[in-house]
Amino acid sequence: MIDNDVILITDSPIAAGDSRFDVSDPSAGGIAMFLGTTRGERRSDGVELVALDYEAFEPMAVAEIRKLLAAARDRWPIVKAAVVHRVGRVNLAEPSVLIAVSTPHRGEAFEACRFLIDELKKSVPIWKKEVWADGRTSWIHPETGEVKFE
Amino acid sequence: MRITVRLFASLRDLVGQHELRLEFSHLPVTVADVVHFLGVEFPKTSSMLGRCATAVNTQYVSREHALADGDELALIPPVSGGRR
Repeated sequence: MIDNDVILITDSPIAAGDSRFDVSDPSAGGIAMFLGTTRGERRSDGVELVALDYEAFEPMAVAEIRKLLAAARDRWPIVKAAVVHRVGRVNLAEPSVLIAVSTPHRGEAFEACRFLIDELKKSVPIWKKEVWADGRTSWIHPETGEVKFE
Repeated sequence: MRITVRLFASLRDLVGQHELRLEFSHLPVTVADVVHFLGVEFPKTSSMLGRCATAVNTQYVSREHALADGDELALIPPVSGGRR
């Protein structure tokens, strides 16, 4: 990890324009930013989703994100990066995760950003729980996925 | 040998605690041994335990990993991938 990368787990709302997440740099010609947001859904019995609750194993989440940034740097010439994830309740349409990368050229920025969000969802210990309008909650633990060690 | 077991998400809900302190007098103790023990102590967790990844001191390890005194074992239920 480079010193000026930002890795943050926060229970405060994420604002894309937050100056802490600014990855601009004179050596970068492109910045790609991804925001993951809470998408509405209706349960099979017609009840609507109202929010997602996120929980993290924070020290390991930060460590794993750091590894992902190192892996991304092995593949693309990333100048600066910011990876921010919320914990706690995230309402509909609000961002739960922000990933920003700057690179010399635009293709690298898109690819690195895509890589980071895809990989984050495989290995970083952060879980989400659906919160439904009737007060019920359900953890999301997908059946399929990467098996890291078995 | 004493270890701490960290539980998260649905596994924590099933056990009712986010952390367990365990003591073992017979060595070696592997991650698999602890997972087996938890499945016996908390039968409702058996299915989820089988789907968990395991990490010791915040590093992913295999079930064969041997634990040391003071280790923190985290059980990592499948992380939510979402749909691309």
